[in-house]
Amino acid sequence: MKLKHLIAGMLGAAMLSTTAMAQEERGRDGNVNVIYWQAASILNPYLSGGTKDIDASSMVIEPLARYDENGNMVPVLAAEIPTAGNGGVSEDLTSITWKLKEGVTWSDGTAFTAADVVFTAEYCMNPDGGCQQLSKFGDVESVEAVDDLTVKITFSVPKPFPYGPFVGSTTPVIQAAQFAECTGEAAPTCTEQNFGPIGTGPFVVTEFRANDAISLEANSNFREAGKPAFATLTFKGGGDAASAARSVLETGEFDYAWNLQIAPEILADMEAKGIGTVVSGFGPLVERLMVNQTDPDPALGDGRSTVANPHPFLSDLNVRKALSLAIDRPLLVEIGYGKAGNVTCNVLPSPAIYNSPNNAGCEVQDIAGANALLDEAGWVRGADGVREKDGVRLSILYQTSTNAVRQDFQALIKQWWAEIGVETELKNIDAAVFFGGDQSSPDTFQKFFADIEMYANTFDGTDPEAYMGNWACSEIPSPDNAWLGGNMPRFCDPAYDALLAEMAGTADINERARLAIAMNDMLMQNYIMIPLVHRGNVSARANTLEGVKLNVWDSQLWNVADWSRAN
Amino acid sequence: MSNAEIADDRKFRSLWGDVWVQFRSHKGAMLGMIVFGLILFGVTLGPYIWTTDPQYLDIRAKNTSTILNCFLTGEQIFQCFSDPTSIKYYDPNAEELVRVKLSWAYPLGTDQLGRDQLAQLLQGGRVSMAVGMAAMLLSLVLGTVAGVIAGYFRRLDGPLMRLTDLFLALPLLPLLLVIIMLFRDTLRGMFGPETGIFLLIVFVIGITSWMQTARIVRGDVLALKEREFILAAHSIGTPAKRVISRHILPNILSPIMVSATLGIAAAIITESALSFLGLGFPSDFPTWGRLLFDGTTYISQSPSRVIWPGLAISLTVLSVNFIGDGLRDALDPRIRGR
Repeated sequence: MKLKHLIAGMLGAAMLSTTAMAQEERGRDGNVNVIYWQAASILNPYLSGGTKDIDASSMVIEPLARYDENGNMVPVLAAEIPTAGNGGVSEDLTSITWKLKEGVTWSDGTAFTAADVVFTAEYCMNPDGGCQQLSKFGDVESVEAVDDLTVKITFSVPKPFPYGPFVGSTTPVIQAAQFAECTGEAAPTCTEQNFGPIGTGPFVVTEFRANDAISLEANSNFREAGKPAFATLTFKGGGDAASAARSVLETGEFDYAWNLQIAPEILADMEAKGIGTVVSGFGPLVERLMVNQTDPDPALGDGRSTVANPHPFLSDLNVRKALSLAIDRPLLVEIGYGKAGNVTCNVLPSPAIYNSPNNAGCEVQDIAGANALLDEAGWVRGADGVREKDGVRLSILYQTSTNAVRQDFQALIKQWWAEIGVETELKNIDAAVFFGGDQSSPDTFQKFFADIEMYANTFDGTDPEAYMGNWACSEIPSPDNAWLGGNMPRFCDPAYDALLAEMAGTADINERARLAIAMNDMLMQNYIMIPLVHRGNVSARANTLEGVKLNVWDSQLWNVADWSRAN
Repeated sequence: MSNAEIADDRKFRSLWGDVWVQFRSHKGAMLGMIVFGLILFGVTLGPYIWTTDPQYLDIRAKNTSTILNCFLTGEQIFQCFSDPTSIKYYDPNAEELVRVKLSWAYPLGTDQLGRDQLAQLLQGGRVSMAVGMAAMLLSLVLGTVAGVIAGYFRRLDGPLMRLTDLFLALPLLPLLLVIIMLFRDTLRGMFGPETGIFLLIVFVIGITSWMQTARIVRGDVLALKEREFILAAHSIGTPAKRVISRHILPNILSPIMVSATLGIAAAIITESALSFLGLGFPSDFPTWGRLLFDGTTYISQSPSRVIWPGLAISLTVLSVNFIGDGLRDALDPRIRGR
């Protein structure tokens, strides 16, 4: 009797395990094709700031922790997230101690240890290395290996949010043994390492063709059994957003396409074919107008768009407010983004706790109100319908990057502004030039040689402190700092800087939220920036591809290990 | 009978009269001239007849289809033309009756922002034609001068042809980027955004497209220079200026005409490429090239958005080509009269 039971039990267990094996076998689903219409040019995020490169490398090399699709931190190579509660973050907020997962190996079979983490920090903080993610290591004093599985990061100042280094796909851990010869000035010359890093992630590079395609195969040493489901992955780059969308939604050549900013009606038509699905997620990405507080008149020469010369009419709050009132935001969303956009009255709409409730009302267009406001402020319509005061005409040069949706927005906004007596000239600049940051070009968004400019801005991770820091007085771009800095509107208010300083010394999340909201309100109620659309990230997946969770807080390929093919 | 009486019987014939007689017998050329005339008439006077503002956004009427879609409505065709707003048709994809957006207010439909396509086509044609013609003239003058001088004066041949090679070897797009970046603001300040950019674009296209003409002209001049009639002209002491204007230019008119016609097409297309890159006219300023580029994204939704500007560009180019062809035949004394 006993024996019979035992045999039956063993048989059952064996059957169970074989079925489980069949389902959970690594590489069971063959090949998956991913298209990024901007091709990856390197697989080392420390040498590239491009999203495409960071996303591609996130399949191979991993950080200690990353953000999930809801913006929560989840441990990857760390055993748990250190907090003040579990003793991982010191009480004076100057150090954080990461415990690493046991038994993790690199794809070449060697053990992953704290020494690799320390090496990575030294690699990036090397002053000759040109590390693109150096800001993530801001204020880091030392990174030391306490033992093989413990890393302690010490900061020179109290860090209320110490999750900069090694959190998120921008700062993954690279293998010390592989990159040992590649530090400092040698970093960009190590082609083999940069194109094929050895990692702990679910995939291993088999072939890398820069600016074209990457072939990857499942990492046989990946720490999670049965993952990834795909034996090989092809990461193709090139083309444009529309053709990438078509290749997933209409022809089915690819399984996943990234960043599809195309007109919503076209996307909806493609989706109607029934081969793929459009997925969207909302991060902190906001399309906004930057209102120049300084005079961009070419006659000013070197003093153009610098704080020495206040703007002739945009320094008037009434004008800025009227410009905002005249905009019909729901219509902009409908025309430009459809399901992938929401109306917003804040530049910080997400994560939810930072979203200010104090600026509602901008959803409603109010041309009459805007006109009344300008009348009251003494701006009188001239013979050609354009308002003027003391010889200053409300004539605006409005620039943005070249993109079909942005040009549609320009045309609509120009018409609304014409209705309130503001003349607008439109200018669009190739995105590579506009966002290129080339010192010699007059058309960059930093130089801002225009009255209004439009683009979208966002931040990595979930903490808005660095993002709000963009509008501090010290961040104003000017010839003196080689036009670097994020304060495009050239806004400067000591009260704002004081709030920022207060935030830097505050650890409590609710208090931080209060401060962030106060700063957002200050920017919004002074109409320094005019938010238009809270933009979602739009991607498309084939209907046969399962497990895709669009992540706006981290690499879109963050959970590629969990992807599988539907039967 | 005096000589005067004999002369009276004959009709006076001039060179250009002969050319015109020959030209008229070329059916393609005549057709081309009629089409070109119509297009020219449409774009110059059209905006005065069809007075809708091409830049006005009637957002409620966005994505209106062209009225010609009435032909597809079958039995409803007459109702459609008389009251286009009442038409519904069966959409097999959505499996329901859908109201088609049709309106006589927008005979060619509207774009995604509700701008009238007909008005845009007429206004855009003005700019495209003006840019095409002006840039063509500029490149023609430059190319002919360089070609004739290089071909006629042996000493200048080397330097001028190397200059041509230099221009041919220049990467066009980076050059355009630099020129436009350097001079856009200055010209904008002097002539305003539209005229300033117009001058700049005409200049830029003109100075970057004269090289082919120069090469062709030089080749023809080299061949002509050794002919007997030129030798005869030299031997009676005709100065170089007269030889060129009297004997060489008329004989190389046909290749010049052909490159002129091709030049218009190339100029229209280059202008549209520049606009597309954001270097040309402001984005809300319609030109045929821009309408075409804007329409390509919507090609599966409303093909008419690319068909009309595409047709306009093709017809213009084709008609100018035919005119050029006819002119060449008419100007060639060996063909004339046959």
